[in-house]
Amino acid sequence: MWKEKDFLGLKDVPFAVIENILDSAAEMKRAFLASERKTSCAGKAVVTLFYENSTRTRASFELAAKALSANAMNLAVATSSVAKGESLIDNGKTLDALQARIVVIRHSVAGAPHLLAKNMAAGVINAGDGMNEHPTQALLDMFTIREKFGGFKGLKVLIAGDIKHSRVARSNIYGLRAAGAEITVCAPATLMPAGIERFGVRVVRTLREGAAGADVLMALRLQLERQKSGMFPSAAEYNRFYNLNGEIAALAKSGAIVMHPGPINRGLEISGALADGNSSVITGQVTNGVAVRMALLEMLLAK
Amino acid sequence: MIRKLLIQNGTILLKNKLVPADVLIADGKIVRIAPGLKPDRATETIDAKNLVVLPGFIDLHCHLRDPGQTHKENIASGGLSAAAGGFTSICCMPNTEPCVDCAPMVSYIVQKAREESPVRVYPIGAITKGRKGGELAELGLMREAGAVAASDDGCSVMNAGLMRTALEYAASAGLFLISHCEDKNLAGDGAVNEGYNASVAGLKPIPRAAEEVMVAREILLAETLNTRVHIAHVSTKGSVQLLREAKRRGVRVTAETCPHYFALTDDMILTYDTDYKINPPLREEADRQAVIAGLADGTIDAIATDHAPHDPDAKRVEFDTAAFGTVGFETAFAAGYTYLVKSGLMTLGRLSELMSARPAAILGFEKTGAVKAGFAADLALVNLNAFWNVEPARLLSKSKNTVFKGMELTGKVKYTVVGGLVAYENVR
Repeated sequence: MWKEKDFLGLKDVPFAVIENILDSAAEMKRAFLASERKTSCAGKAVVTLFYENSTRTRASFELAAKALSANAMNLAVATSSVAKGESLIDNGKTLDALQARIVVIRHSVAGAPHLLAKNMAAGVINAGDGMNEHPTQALLDMFTIREKFGGFKGLKVLIAGDIKHSRVARSNIYGLRAAGAEITVCAPATLMPAGIERFGVRVVRTLREGAAGADVLMALRLQLERQKSGMFPSAAEYNRFYNLNGEIAALAKSGAIVMHPGPINRGLEISGALADGNSSVITGQVTNGVAVRMALLEMLLAK
Repeated sequence: MIRKLLIQNGTILLKNKLVPADVLIADGKIVRIAPGLKPDRATETIDAKNLVVLPGFIDLHCHLRDPGQTHKENIASGGLSAAAGGFTSICCMPNTEPCVDCAPMVSYIVQKAREESPVRVYPIGAITKGRKGGELAELGLMREAGAVAASDDGCSVMNAGLMRTALEYAASAGLFLISHCEDKNLAGDGAVNEGYNASVAGLKPIPRAAEEVMVAREILLAETLNTRVHIAHVSTKGSVQLLREAKRRGVRVTAETCPHYFALTDDMILTYDTDYKINPPLREEADRQAVIAGLADGTIDAIATDHAPHDPDAKRVEFDTAAFGTVGFETAFAAGYTYLVKSGLMTLGRLSELMSARPAAILGFEKTGAVKAGFAADLALVNLNAFWNVEPARLLSKSKNTVFKGMELTGKVKYTVVGGLVAYENVR
């Protein structure tokens, strides 16, 4: 079903492929929660190569690889030859020579995983590249949504926050649209990407409009550096207009879920009470991350 | 002894018609144009059967990387690449290492070009010392040493007061200024055109306004001073509009664009191929159409290459880190012919003007840029029926970073003649 060695994004990925991964992830989740070790990827080297900080994504990939009996290895970029100026392509060659089968890369520049993929034999998984995509985050979000609602058709999903700089938003837009969900995005204009209307989403100005009748409320992390570059005047003003809180969530459908890719800025883009409340599936998202990454690794390594 | 060269059996453009004519050259100048000329024994000949004899192309904007980055290009390799593209005169930008901001640096290029380049090379000096935008460079002394214009190409002179002074002073120093229009606060650390494609790719955007506010500023400054200014590499619809309006009210502004802006759009960046990372960036279809309209109606005066060679180490890296630019000499005419003439958007005569007569006029070069008796024998002999696939490895430039790679173009330069001597012959 998936012929490529790499998995770089959800753009243009047929829904059938996504569905396959999610189906497989359900079994992976069962095994993971039961502390069962799968052996489908035994002995194969999975390397995480993170040029940007991460807690959950990297840990999640490592756990997923180990749960499949793969050899998981983390290349700490800050202490590696990268710090000595080794290029990305040279790094890829080195990892090929070390017989890495999968390289999981996170990078601050969009397209870096594509460059690596083109120049190495191992499969490359994009764990977040610049403002482009974070496909495994969207897969785990979709897995979480499907667990709650059973499917995607006609679901109303609000994605709120820094859409412009968010790879999570882009991957979710591609994946959820392919699945038949209806997506609404909400952000101050300075945090909305150019040409957003061409992504096939509804754009609203206020959280109230976006939350009304929604099944899923997804808040995005706001990078505090954006304020320094003048994209919004202050945390207080952002909080006043773009904070997902109980009052906003009350406008959504009953049974609506609250999601966040983490890490959370409590009280900035989401209220602590909502993040910790009954409708929140945020910690469940983290567990599901391991399951979908197991499914993805197996899909790529099983061939 | 006077060197003579007779170009036989070719055609020339006469009032936009191709007519058979032989071209006799003596002592570096065209002396006679007529059909059926016979060579005497001392005259060398070129058989120009199936070839059109055009005035050699004149490039207002290129980068030869010499001194400082001669692993990317040098004056010899750049000159050869230019000759292979039918260019007979090229103007090189001063952003070398060190940069060309004083007379000795200008002299270095003039001297080296005389020794090593098969085409005429004209240095452009910096407007400000070190291209830092702080103090005026010695424009008059650089002109004396051979500079033909001044530009801080690669950046704008961000300080509008200094730019005004520079425009005012340059006029009396006998130079005109070429402005690279890019407001650095608006451009930020962007890498591609702001728009849907940038958003899809997740690459950092450069808004069109980064170019346009500077085009507007230069127009207003030139207008108030009643002095000349030349706008480099026009890439947006808004810039074309500003230039059209300015010319209509008589502002002494001229402008160039480059083949990639009339041939390609930012669709190319979606694969993250850094060869398509250009500054200003490839824009959208509406901009491309506006640039073509500007070329057709005279709003844009010239086609320049912005030939910007880069080695693989500067390009085969992450998109944000990769160098901006594409090589351009060897594809410029074919791109113009393919996208503008063959597609029916303009005549071959107009393309020729954009690549020869108009740049010559902008530079104030006399008796060059046309196939006329008494003019310099700087010629490009082109085959308009040759289709070719652009293979980077076959380019004569030291660098192979071309946006036209893998594309089929029509029109190939067979011979380039500079001052009556064959500077290049395509033997394939």
